[in-house]
Amino acid sequence: MKKQFLTYEVNQDYLKLISQGEWTLASIRQIEKKLRQVPCDKKIIWDVSSVEDFDSAGVLLFIEYYERFKQEVSLEVVGYTAKQKEMHTLLSENSEEVISPRKMSEFEKIGKNTFEILYDIKEFITFLGHMSSALLHTWRNPKRIRLKETVYHIHQSGFNALIIIGLTSFLVGMVISYQGSVQLAKFGADMFIVDTVAISITRELGPMITAIVIAGRSGSAYTAEIGAMKITEEIAAMRTMGFDPYTFLVLPRVIALMIALPLLIFFSDIVGIFGGMVASKMQLGISMTQFMDRLYEVLEVKHYILGMIKGPVFAFIIASIGCFRGFQVSDNTESIGLHTTSSVVNAIFLVIAFDALFSVLYTELGL
Amino acid sequence: MNPVIQVEGIVTRFADRTIHDGVNLHINENEIYGILGESGSGKSVLMKEMIMLLEPNEGKVSVLGTSLNGISFKDAQSLRTEWGVLFQFGALFSSLTIAENIEVQLKEYTNISKMMRNKLVSSKLALVGLEPHVGALYPSELSGGMVKRAALARALAIEPKLLFLDEPTSGLDPIGARNFDALIVELRDLLGITVVMITHDLDSIFSIVDRMAVLADKHVVAEGSIESVLQSKHPFVEEFFKNEYTKERFKDKVKDV
Repeated sequence: MKKQFLTYEVNQDYLKLISQGEWTLASIRQIEKKLRQVPCDKKIIWDVSSVEDFDSAGVLLFIEYYERFKQEVSLEVVGYTAKQKEMHTLLSENSEEVISPRKMSEFEKIGKNTFEILYDIKEFITFLGHMSSALLHTWRNPKRIRLKETVYHIHQSGFNALIIIGLTSFLVGMVISYQGSVQLAKFGADMFIVDTVAISITRELGPMITAIVIAGRSGSAYTAEIGAMKITEEIAAMRTMGFDPYTFLVLPRVIALMIALPLLIFFSDIVGIFGGMVASKMQLGISMTQFMDRLYEVLEVKHYILGMIKGPVFAFIIASIGCFRGFQVSDNTESIGLHTTSSVVNAIFLVIAFDALFSVLYTELGL
Repeated sequence: MNPVIQVEGIVTRFADRTIHDGVNLHINENEIYGILGESGSGKSVLMKEMIMLLEPNEGKVSVLGTSLNGISFKDAQSLRTEWGVLFQFGALFSSLTIAENIEVQLKEYTNISKMMRNKLVSSKLALVGLEPHVGALYPSELSGGMVKRAALARALAIEPKLLFLDEPTSGLDPIGARNFDALIVELRDLLGITVVMITHDLDSIFSIVDRMAVLADKHVVAEGSIESVLQSKHPFVEEFFKNEYTKERFKDKVKDV
């Protein structure tokens, strides 16, 4: 038989409600459905003596409908046990509703977000100020450079990234070569594949791919590391011990990445061109020697240098945003995730924006 | 006698919430000073203002005779080597071992030899009652009580004159808490340091604290020894010290009220 929580008998001049079974969190939805159907046209006698078990949810439901019925008709409760009564008084004492946070309109949200962005920009400028002052201090007193930490981060963000950078660059080099060779073969300009691959990799793709991979890899790590240190109060502890977090945490990361990223770009250029070489051998049958000879002719050193110049700039963007977002983490774990996401998104966007800026600059300068 | 810490007319606001509205207190040399108050009364904020983690909106703080208002970088750095801070959850550097945590300031600010540093580290470990082998462990490998002890050892590493403790006995078992209290008294007597501690622990308040400030309603509502604090008629003091439990537990001290 299906469990019955509430039954009622209709009599001549009154309605008898009988509560029974378990009035608990698990059953209140069913009970409420039944309670809603109770007709309110005559006197109600509510018998609660056969309730076997109840919890605060059950009692609250009872109170809610007790009040409702009382407004409509006269109501009498029978079989109230002492325990139920105690619970009833306890729960009706603070029956004030919790004020839920006001919902914002879309228009308000846009305004709030705009202000938040402006605030972030202001904060970032402050952050850059602190960083520059720490840099000046170390400049004047080179003993304060955190050499050990810097080397550690070069190893972490640079050396340990070689495999993933190599793999990505190789694949991108191959793809460029494949796509390009199909088009060039139509004109019989097979040999120009070397120009396409070499110049696009060294000037644009090498630096860009490296920066994007590193933003995802090291930028996020910086944010999470510093954010976690903020939550555990390690940063506050450093401050009270006289260890300036900008000197001890930010500068080593920024400097390490500014050294490591150009080196990674150099590596990415080589592997990318090699990828292109492999693909053009397979697709167009250009031998490695032919490829190399052509490469000597077309790839001027300037293309390579123009690509490398972007390295420190991208590194600065990635590392400083990574650290900045880490410092913004507030005292909850969700905040680490949010700030890590925005760190990577901001860094990648800015890398692409600055790359566009470099392109315009180079074109205007006729390079 | 000059006070070690002097706080005058502190006003602290966060957005539109006022935390302190004119807080005054002074802490004398070589005493154990307690800061108490209900949660949210700004005890931790006040301590953060003393150790230069926060700046009050108004008012003056001076520590060890140096005013913190408009303090120069150099003075701030030298002040920071004269105090030790124990954070509520230890805040040990998680990437360093306990021994490295303790010696980090020695390494940075002194040029003593590696051998001497090792000796100092093991003496600090012994002082706070930790086994020598703990030095090789990482903070994540320690229990809560051991983390607090290790953090205290770190705070004592550069022989500070002033020690700040944020709820040193919270989260410790009763025996551990009493031992920690005894340790604090011992350190004060032995090394002659001044101790400032935030605490809720009635045992600590009645047994080891010399003077205290009670924060409530954005002000210091009572300051001084336990006897003079008990004279206060402020509702928080009434509720905190003059409830049945406290009266029963510390009969001999709370009898006169």
